[in-house]
Amino acid sequence: MATMKALVCRECGKQYPTKAIHVCEMCFGPLEVKYNYEEIKKNVSRTKIHDGPHSIWRYADLLPVEGPTFLGPHAGMTPLVRAKNLGAHLGLDELYIKNDTVNHPTLSFKDRVVAVAITRARELGFETIACASTGNLANSVAAHAAAAGMRCYVFIPGDLEAAKVLGNLIYKPNVVEIEGNYDDVNRLCSEIAGEHGWAFVNINIRPYYAEGSKTLAFETVEQLGWRTPDQVVIPMASGSLLTKIWKGLHEMKYVGLIDEVRTKINGAQAEGCSPISTAFKAGRDFFKPVKPKTIAKSLAIGNPADGYYALKATAESKGSMDMVTDDEVVEGIKLLAQTEGIFAETAGGVTIGVLQKLVKNGTIKKGDLTVAYITGNGLKTQEAVIDAVGRPVRIQPSLVAFEKTFKMGKNGGGDS
Amino acid sequence: MPHVKVHVQFPEDKIKEPVIYQIGHEYKVVTNVRRADVRETTGWMDLELTGDSTEIERAIVGLRTKGVVVDPIELNVVE
Repeated sequence: MATMKALVCRECGKQYPTKAIHVCEMCFGPLEVKYNYEEIKKNVSRTKIHDGPHSIWRYADLLPVEGPTFLGPHAGMTPLVRAKNLGAHLGLDELYIKNDTVNHPTLSFKDRVVAVAITRARELGFETIACASTGNLANSVAAHAAAAGMRCYVFIPGDLEAAKVLGNLIYKPNVVEIEGNYDDVNRLCSEIAGEHGWAFVNINIRPYYAEGSKTLAFETVEQLGWRTPDQVVIPMASGSLLTKIWKGLHEMKYVGLIDEVRTKINGAQAEGCSPISTAFKAGRDFFKPVKPKTIAKSLAIGNPADGYYALKATAESKGSMDMVTDDEVVEGIKLLAQTEGIFAETAGGVTIGVLQKLVKNGTIKKGDLTVAYITGNGLKTQEAVIDAVGRPVRIQPSLVAFEKTFKMGKNGGGDS
Repeated sequence: MPHVKVHVQFPEDKIKEPVIYQIGHEYKVVTNVRRADVRETTGWMDLELTGDSTEIERAIVGLRTKGVVVDPIELNVVE
């Protein structure tokens, strides 16, 4: 597959070879992958995709890899759940949950982007893979590196919670705790990426890595029977996921898999870290960096790399953005769990909270075919809901005590 | 000669100040602006600092002391 044409600067358009570079030498703008859509159009079809592997690699023609060997063979093709109960609760006729809480191998959407990044890194000849992360990304990089037999470095802030550190250590990468605040960690990682010949997935491999998010758009359309949704709600951290879903929808049109894109893109953030949503609501095309303070830590990026592009994509689609409080995040997690049986991490609470707001204020209408993206598993952020879910009912070990507690007669029936 | 690419963001009250000029005078670094957007209420620049490593380091601290937000050119990479 030689579907990649070049890396191209998103700002000045200068083109570069498809190597491990991420910044334009001319204007310092970010690079992104440019494809040969005419060539892809000749090779891709709905039937070919349908007959492909049950993973993101069924869309390999539209991903920045050469193939035919792909790492991360189990990422993607997560369920698109028809959320009838949640839809009824919110007043939506056709609501779907794209459920990446069960993405493999590490239960977050990061497995998509990392599978693409590590495959491309191997193609480019790298033996060491690295990332800077506070959670889901580190888990995914460490797991994929273990399975691929690659050396791995994971850089984490020194104050990360024990459970999250364990989630990395189990795969035996080199976990490096950096003393200092977020800015210190951030800058050191950028410097290490510049100095060492490693594949830093979200730095020098970022143009390829980010493309993995498009598979959420591809799968959604395929699982809807080759229809695009009317509305999508997407959580935003760097803003990359939102921009790539928008890009993915249009690529399906470019290569003839669908006729039109009629989707409105809606972005979701937590109030404690909402630089992009705040800019959108203020009608600005630029955002101001913030110091994050929210329980939605997987979305806590105060100076988001793709913030500007997320604002642009949302405006192009005539979509919207909003934000929710931490209490609303917890309520969103509970609502999704209690209506659809899906336990999401805090980012999922943000998505559901914002979905609810957008329905209430009339942005999303009753008849709109709506998809909400749930990007990580609730087991990863149990601390966020531990005080909000009540306690078990405690009884003595006797049938009488049980039946008395739940007000049951001899023949059963009745609830507490 | 070592060089570092940074993204600097000016708070509203610093937009009128010649911060980049001052940094070029106070430290032995060459400042080279590649891309920028400066308006009444906001301003940012992507620039390259060239000089000895210690002097670049001092210049970055100097920028922060003047109230400017300094990030790597990639912005936030800890995800």
